[in-house]
Amino acid sequence: MLLLLLGIVLLHVAGLVLLFVSTIVSFWRTVNTGNADFWVNSTGPNGGYPCVRASAGEWIQAVQALMILSIIFSCLSLFLFFCQLFTLQKGGRFFLTGTFQILASLFVMSGAIIYTVMSPTWGKDTDVFGYSYILAWVAFPLALISGLIYVILRKRE
Amino acid sequence: MLTFLALASVVLLGIVPEQTQAIVIYTGWERHALLGSDVRVSCFFFSWRWTSEDVTFSWTYRPDGSRDSISIFHYTGGMAYVDNMSPFRDRVEFVGNPGRRDGSILIKNLDYADNGTFTCDAKNPPDIVGRPSSVRLLVFEKVPIQAGVITGAIIGVVLGLLVLIVVIYYLMRFLVARRVFSLSVSKHGKKKKEGSQQRQWHPPPSSSPLLLLLSLPR
Repeated sequence: MLLLLLGIVLLHVAGLVLLFVSTIVSFWRTVNTGNADFWVNSTGPNGGYPCVRASAGEWIQAVQALMILSIIFSCLSLFLFFCQLFTLQKGGRFFLTGTFQILASLFVMSGAIIYTVMSPTWGKDTDVFGYSYILAWVAFPLALISGLIYVILRKRE
Repeated sequence: MLTFLALASVVLLGIVPEQTQAIVIYTGWERHALLGSDVRVSCFFFSWRWTSEDVTFSWTYRPDGSRDSISIFHYTGGMAYVDNMSPFRDRVEFVGNPGRRDGSILIKNLDYADNGTFTCDAKNPPDIVGRPSSVRLLVFEKVPIQAGVITGAIIGVVLGLLVLIVVIYYLMRFLVARRVFSLSVSKHGKKKKEGSQQRQWHPPPSSSPLLLLLSLPR
């Protein structure tokens, strides 16, 4: 049914949008003087540099890479879904699409886990996690569920 | 008409730069250096005027966490002056070339206390309006990996693996198809799949793509 198709695509796109927002907007950690994420530290004394590039070591670069990879894989899986929609035989399953989407969700999960585990060593203990961090954690189950739906979905004429 | 345009452009070129002239100063954004080493802090400027003999370079330093800047170096009239009270009094050396608009300094024997922001201000009379540019110095015991190297490496490896897997898959399929094709004429299972895949960009004949039905298996 068209409704089912629309719902699935909407779920996928929602996860993708959350991933984009979470990666681009700088609100993973809010400090009382500003905010910080894995690209930039926008904290600083008044009158100093407002935003400095985050230089917290190798783990933060791994988090950057994982978030970008998850976005790439999610976009690829959306593109593959539309390809497979028109080329798959009757009774076939969207394995490829589901695989890419599940991989994307795994990357988000790894990135968020690494950030959670390593963040006490980057900032102070009074830092609170910002909304981008929460969006990343919300995007993970969305992507996972969407990937699983693709894997068990069967194309019927 | 043409002469009027030419005259107007000459007049404009003469007037406008006078009002929008400003000296533009370039330093790096950050400098990473090893403890105990020497670091060259570079400062270049761009000016619409010719470099005059009265060009001056002025370096100030603000330690990390402090709000006060101290003046550590001044170059004017062909002479370099270093403050005898600053923490850099015998460690700073002028290595720039005013003729090439270069006002860089060399700071020797770095220490952790040298972490801070260096601000370069260059003046090229009569071009004296400009915004000083700052560069941040970070002293490390061990220089960390540049930003983005690991990121790029991870992304490159994963995408490379993906491309490799796709290439291998298509290669295998191509090889198998060739072997099948050479053995039998037609009506083979794999050949039929090849045939249907080659028609992939034509919509299925029975219904339009939007009416394709999807269902969950029972």
